[in-house]
Amino acid sequence: MFLAALIPLAKLSTGAVLGTLGANPIEKIIRTTGYWTLSFLLITLAVTPLRILLRQPWLVRLRRMLGLFAFFYGTLHFTGYLVLDQFFDWPAILKDIAKRPFITVGFPSFVLLIPLAVTSTDAMMRRLGGKRWQRLHRLVYVSAAGGVIHYLWLVKKDISDPLRFATLLTVLLGFRAIVLLRRRVRAVSAA
Amino acid sequence: MRTTCSPPIAPSEITPRDRYYDRRRFMQTAAGAATAALLPRWVGAGEKLPGVRKSGYVLPDALTSLEDVTHYNNFYEFGTDKESPSRTAGSLKTRPWTVAVEGDVQKPKVFDIDELLKVAPLEERIYRLRCVEGWSMVVPWVGFPLAELIKRVEPTGNAKFVEFITLHDPIQMPGQRSSVLDWPYREALRLDEAMHPLTLLVFGLYGEVLPNQNGAPVRVVVPWKYGFKSAKSIVRIRFVEQQPVSTWTQAVPSEYGFYANVNPEVDHPRWSQAKERRLGEFFKRPTLMFNGYAEQVAHLYAGMDLKTFF
Repeated sequence: MFLAALIPLAKLSTGAVLGTLGANPIEKIIRTTGYWTLSFLLITLAVTPLRILLRQPWLVRLRRMLGLFAFFYGTLHFTGYLVLDQFFDWPAILKDIAKRPFITVGFPSFVLLIPLAVTSTDAMMRRLGGKRWQRLHRLVYVSAAGGVIHYLWLVKKDISDPLRFATLLTVLLGFRAIVLLRRRVRAVSAA
Repeated sequence: MRTTCSPPIAPSEITPRDRYYDRRRFMQTAAGAATAALLPRWVGAGEKLPGVRKSGYVLPDALTSLEDVTHYNNFYEFGTDKESPSRTAGSLKTRPWTVAVEGDVQKPKVFDIDELLKVAPLEERIYRLRCVEGWSMVVPWVGFPLAELIKRVEPTGNAKFVEFITLHDPIQMPGQRSSVLDWPYREALRLDEAMHPLTLLVFGLYGEVLPNQNGAPVRVVVPWKYGFKSAKSIVRIRFVEQQPVSTWTQAVPSEYGFYANVNPEVDHPRWSQAKERRLGEFFKRPTLMFNGYAEQVAHLYAGMDLKTFF
């Protein structure tokens, strides 16, 4: 699993070395890492529904690794933008964040993942306590939604790819909403 | 796929074009239409265009490689990503092909593509191409000024704009099976822009017949405007009085204006236009006003607020 998650990076690296990333390799690197950031975010969000539906509690053990891969590809994506695309042109970067809606929403979506990655260790989990830790990690919903909007606002016209991500995210979050509702209903009828 | 002739051919060894045509016509007549359909086309992508002369339109900039020019294309008729057109454009048949020139003109005419090629001598011009998405290329185009064609059809006093319409055939252009844009693709220029000596009617690049993904068999190139203004695979050229609505303007009016002049000071709502990445280069370079052609074209827009008329 761990190795499989590295395949996109390996493919990109070999492509970069062999020069087979096409006419605009920088765009290719940024697009690919962005695509995998979103994919891993959604895969991470799929763990809980799958665990419940399939009654496979062990699945939850994969969640941290998958989430960290989302952060890993997000970091590559962000660094790619910072270094390859803008080459530390801070005024241009700040202008981008302020003026380009897709970057305005994309930047905080990435930044929100930082505290989640930092508090992903067992020690941090203990220090925060289960409840607080869980509340903090619900930020992933915001981050994923922001990521999908970031992608949606980036494309010029053919929004089929971002729509696929949006649909998946809706299903994954919808599942949680239904579970929450049913729990409420049960609580009310029990009372 | 046919390959190009790699060794240079002396001009004396090239069959004059007229004789070539005569030979072809004779063979077609003799063999009959059915067999003619099986014959190789007169020219296909990758073949040298005969009789091309160099022009004075050169740049200090290095050329973008043929590989990149032909494998990084925005041509939604063949898919919405940059790699699709080079993969899928093989289904486009560029012969036979006609271009109808019509509307407010004294002499409307339907040109056969091979006839259109002979309207004026072909020349090579090296132009910058700047895409609204922030990347750019330098391309040696082959063609002749659009003005040569326009003079031939004699626009009437009513003609204020020239509209270009791309082929609409979802069988040949698989991207048109999706309704991502309102097909066929339409673009337009003001008559004075269309008549400007820089505006080129293009049949080839790098001395060769235009590859399908670059807009074969005939496209227009307007080097001081963003790439989307330069319509590809044209089948109709209409002279009209009212300013036409271009396809991209119709799709997203707030982002794609009628003029679409390259202008580092006027941002696209989603992209800064101050800089661009030249394909093959690591660092971005500053974008030039009117893509570096300000001296030649700025007068066309004297007194216009380019923020309003973007």
